[in-house]
Amino acid sequence: MVREREGRPWVEMRGIHKWFGGVHALKGVDFSVFPGEVVGLIGDNGAGKSTLIKILSGVFPPDKGEILIEGRRVRFRSPKDAKEHGIETVYQELALVDNLDVPANIFLGREPALVGGRGLLALLHKGQMVREARALLERLKVNIGDLNALAGELSGGQRQTVAIARALYTEPRLLIMDEPTAALAVQEARKVLGLVRNLKEKDIGVVFISHTLQEVFAVADRIVVLRKGEKVGDFPADELTIDEAVKLMVGGE
Amino acid sequence: MNLKTWLRRINRNRVLFPLMALLLLVIVASSLSPHFLTPMNIKNVLSQVSIIAILAVGEACVILTGGIDLSIGAVLAIGGSITAVLMKWAGLAIPWAVLGGLAAGALAGGLNGLMVAWVRIPSFIATLAMMAVARGGTLVLTNGRPVSGFLRSFRALAGYAGPLPLLFLITFGVYVLWQLSLSHTRFGRYVYAVGGNEIGARFVGVNVRRVKLLVFVLSGLCAALGGIMLDARLNAAYPTAGEGYELDAIAAAVLGGVSLSGGVGSLVGTFFGALVMTILGNILNLLKVGAFYQYIAKGLILAIAAVSLSRGVRFAK
Repeated sequence: MVREREGRPWVEMRGIHKWFGGVHALKGVDFSVFPGEVVGLIGDNGAGKSTLIKILSGVFPPDKGEILIEGRRVRFRSPKDAKEHGIETVYQELALVDNLDVPANIFLGREPALVGGRGLLALLHKGQMVREARALLERLKVNIGDLNALAGELSGGQRQTVAIARALYTEPRLLIMDEPTAALAVQEARKVLGLVRNLKEKDIGVVFISHTLQEVFAVADRIVVLRKGEKVGDFPADELTIDEAVKLMVGGE
Repeated sequence: MNLKTWLRRINRNRVLFPLMALLLLVIVASSLSPHFLTPMNIKNVLSQVSIIAILAVGEACVILTGGIDLSIGAVLAIGGSITAVLMKWAGLAIPWAVLGGLAAGALAGGLNGLMVAWVRIPSFIATLAMMAVARGGTLVLTNGRPVSGFLRSFRALAGYAGPLPLLFLITFGVYVLWQLSLSHTRFGRYVYAVGGNEIGARFVGVNVRRVKLLVFVLSGLCAALGGIMLDARLNAAYPTAGEGYELDAIAAAVLGGVSLSGGVGSLVGTFFGALVMTILGNILNLLKVGAFYQYIAKGLILAIAAVSLSRGVRFAK
């Protein structure tokens, strides 16, 4: 069932269990992502997708099982730990600060300072933020138009692009995207998907979660299906049809 | 920066509306009363606006983070009376007495900040509690009686530097410093970030608690400074000083385009808002409108301003 892939995965989760009170949310799930690989993670509501990626992004620890990065065992105590190991997450619901402009959003929480270092009263290096934000967006081949625009003035797709750019600024090795296209019009969703494909060229792994299976099939190299806390499928995207995926997701016959 | 972005910046900070309101008010006031644009009256307005504006700058900053500070009127009183008591009864030198008053303000603000950011009491309630405690503390400290008759060198604070009142220059200096720190420091950026999306800001590593603590400390400091300035102006510290000033400060901020839901607004606008409130009182006085009617007039203007402001924002979107 699982395609053999040469090399070793960049990140590997082994036998992950998670209980919430009496609910067994994850029942020994194995999950891995290779460098530059886009993995589509699908499953019905409550299948355990969010729980799995929250463990991978350090929001909470697994109750059982281990996480290996480049073969070495790691333990995340916080999302910050995961970030330091090169795992960034784009959460759609926490998105951006609407009343700040694009560079301010990209650098929020890690502003470069002229003087004062990390202190609260540090003088901001606004020029550097604008320059680097522009360079970053150019590298990602996206056009936001006016960088001075407030996040709240941008379209949904542009907002999502800025959120992704923010996550990519630290040059992570793995980007987790939880429903990145949920609130977007078709045209804009397509742009975000194009961005995901670009990441592959940069050897950045992506975990892509979406309810729109067409989208998942359009960008993913591999598709992992969860059902009721168990992994019920792990296929190269071209060896699975949407119908088969749906059957796996809902189970039954 | 081209004209278009420049115009958008101004509109973004919502200073256009308060500026127009101010100009309109000045035109109306000067046509209603020949005394309005006399040097004497202008000096008077500038002195009056100093204290309300200094309270408003602290209040505006708290509101920008999405909170509110109801204690500033009472903190003004306790800051002012501690400075007065230290000078009159303890015989301390002026700088020490002033420092003592400011420290009391910072402490009150710090306690507000702790209650809001750490204990997670809504700022409305936390500062309402502080308002009662600080007012009571002032009455206890002074036995409910005014402390008056300060040294000439202290009263000089309420004097003039050339044509301008010193109090006004102090307030202006505070505004310049504060505006610079809002637009150029990490603190300033976080003030807007916390007001705009607190959870998002916390998630990317902004220390939201420290930002909140700092804005309340600064608000307390401003209130105490206002109290000391009022001491100099009245040559007395009244234990009832500053009653209702928090409402004037909030009104000034709102008139100045600061959104009560946080994240939007500027100090420039707040300053215009404070001027509008002051000039409104001034012209009503010049026209000999009774104090009771003045309350009603101010309330109506505030309501009208709030409505047209929200309409304007919708229109701009």
